[in-house]
Amino acid sequence: MTALDWIVEIASWIAILLGSAFLIIGAIGTLRFPDFWSRVHAVSVTDSAGMLLLTLGMCIQAGFTLITVKLIIIGVFLFITGPTATHAVANAAFVSGFLPKGADKFRRVIKLADKEAKIAKKRKRSPLKGKL
Amino acid sequence: MFAVAAIALFIGMILVLIRLYAGPTLYDRVLAGNAFGTYTVLFIGNLGFLMGRPDFLDIALLYALINFVGTIAILKYFRYRAIGDTSPTPRGTPTANGKLKDQGYKS
Repeated sequence: MTALDWIVEIASWIAILLGSAFLIIGAIGTLRFPDFWSRVHAVSVTDSAGMLLLTLGMCIQAGFTLITVKLIIIGVFLFITGPTATHAVANAAFVSGFLPKGADKFRRVIKLADKEAKIAKKRKRSPLKGKL
Repeated sequence: MFAVAAIALFIGMILVLIRLYAGPTLYDRVLAGNAFGTYTVLFIGNLGFLMGRPDFLDIALLYALINFVGTIAILKYFRYRAIGDTSPTPRGTPTANGKLKDQGYKS
């Protein structure tokens, strides 16, 4: 083995081991965290760091072939869609109305802000209503 | 090295499946299902390398596409109670006037 082969081997080992570590950390966080909103963070570790590092390690291992192109396509697709899907889940949960643990006192604040926003919108719609 | 990654992915899949089974709310389950799909994509790609058949990457790409569309479809179904309907508000949701909103999209 030449020196370049050793470098490639070591680089792919490091990338794949780091990716596996991130995947397991994300899975443990998904299982053990107490709240939905903290579980979102744990899943996003899986979706970005673990996936990218594992794909990078496989790319390095495959060399300059068609396999690398397919891996890059998978990586780019997952990198776009994973956070999008996580955001969709979090947005659906927020719209359905539950807040983070211990944030119940902010529910009143959010309602007040909504009311103020509605009033401001009305004012914006007819700015000259009071003056004429 | 691919064996190590496969074992890590397998452990992660089992842990996420436990959360999928035990999730207290619906959104926990959807989140765990999405994460399980990502794990499966990586596991299939890794298995191709492990068995010396990298053609499995096509299957992994297909699984990634289906996983994303499936998650969005599940969320849309639970929000609007319909998948193919194009009405922008949930059915039967009253608007600010107190009337039911009818946009003219009859399914």
